[in-house]
Amino acid sequence: MRGSRSYLIAAALGSMLLLGGCALQPWVKPYERESLADPIMNLQRSTLIGQHREHVYDVREGARGATGIQGTGCGCN
Amino acid sequence: MAATSLWRRLVRLLGGFVGSLLAAGGARAVALPDNVGEAMAHVYSGGGVTASGPALLVRKNLGDRFSITGSYYADFVSNASIDVVTTASPYRETRNAYGLGLNYVVRDSLITVAAATSREPDYIADALNVDVAQDVFGGMTTVSLGFTRGWDQVGKTGEGFFDTADHWRYRIGATQVLTPNWLMSANFEAISDDGYLGNPYRVALVFGAAVPESVPRTRSSRAFQLRAIGDLGERNVVRGAYRYFWDNWGINAHTFELGYARYFGKDWMADGFVRYHMQDGALFFSDNATSDTAYITRNRQLSSFNDVGLGFNLAYTAKTVPGQYSVVVTGAVEFMNFKFSEFTDVRTGQLYSFNAYLAQLLVSVTF
Repeated sequence: MRGSRSYLIAAALGSMLLLGGCALQPWVKPYERESLADPIMNLQRSTLIGQHREHVYDVREGARGATGIQGTGCGCN
Repeated sequence: MAATSLWRRLVRLLGGFVGSLLAAGGARAVALPDNVGEAMAHVYSGGGVTASGPALLVRKNLGDRFSITGSYYADFVSNASIDVVTTASPYRETRNAYGLGLNYVVRDSLITVAAATSREPDYIADALNVDVAQDVFGGMTTVSLGFTRGWDQVGKTGEGFFDTADHWRYRIGATQVLTPNWLMSANFEAISDDGYLGNPYRVALVFGAAVPESVPRTRSSRAFQLRAIGDLGERNVVRGAYRYFWDNWGINAHTFELGYARYFGKDWMADGFVRYHMQDGALFFSDNATSDTAYITRNRQLSSFNDVGLGFNLAYTAKTVPGQYSVVVTGAVEFMNFKFSEFTDVRTGQLYSFNAYLAQLLVSVTF
């Protein structure tokens, strides 16, 4: 009972948050994004360098995923 | 034979997906990624392992809605790691990986379908990726969803391929413009594996005696990462990332990264970063087990350890012809130190540690 009530509250809060988003106006206008558009602001500046670094970490560490980079699969065991 | 039917299946899937997208076309607001050609030479060396080789990537727009990406990556591996020198003979092998992807822009969405295959003499990994990135709130937020299905064939020299491993990866992410100078992103990924997840060459120690390692045939992991990047003014850019990882093998890991980048003149860009990773060991890891259990491994990657990396990138814009092309040469190097808290070097009885470096030289042409 308590569990279903928690889900209901979470669903209501989630819906409010999502619906609230419909009223949001972009607070950083396109003409204010010059700095963000600079290549130095890319979280991943080169696909090859980024994928290779992730491969090196995947092979040597027990953690993986959530890097925003698609893996290519390998015999990492 | 299996690989041929897999490729047929992938091509059919790609064809069907693209066909359905074409039928659903409309006005677009998101731009395709730039045309780019990249060539890289890379080398990793550490702990008795050296892996080096070339990598190539080409992405080309086909009209204003599609772009196609092709990539090739090779690893020439010379392995005399501590596992190998204490239980087997050093060896050399080559890994070749090929990727083919298609990007499609529809309205505010960028859809990517990609297939990849990685081939070693005793391991074949095929994967199919589908990713969708959608701009919302006037381009302030980009929401992304992705799925990867992987099929591996596991083999052993002298025995051929004897087992398989299947993988499912589900990811969701969001990138948010916070201010005119700051961006933030959050990513979550759930991964499930089913099949042979160990290494047929590796041995574990039980009461000092070598036995084949035995790991569970399923694994389920979750990872959550937060990243932020900001311009402090005059293109002095700082970035930070934190990832928390956990799985049902008992591994909990924390990874931190901090970086700083800036331009020197108009042609040079320098970037430095420090990365720290720490993790607990898997429940069934034991350096030298004193009881007989169903699962046992001495895979140091699944043990408790930490590693620190210190990296530098230097990019030089060699030539720019506005509106036509630009050529950028990037050198990247990272020095790493691994310190193990449970895994010992059986030759000395001391806890094991090693230094490593990773170097990459990239030529990138944007056109």
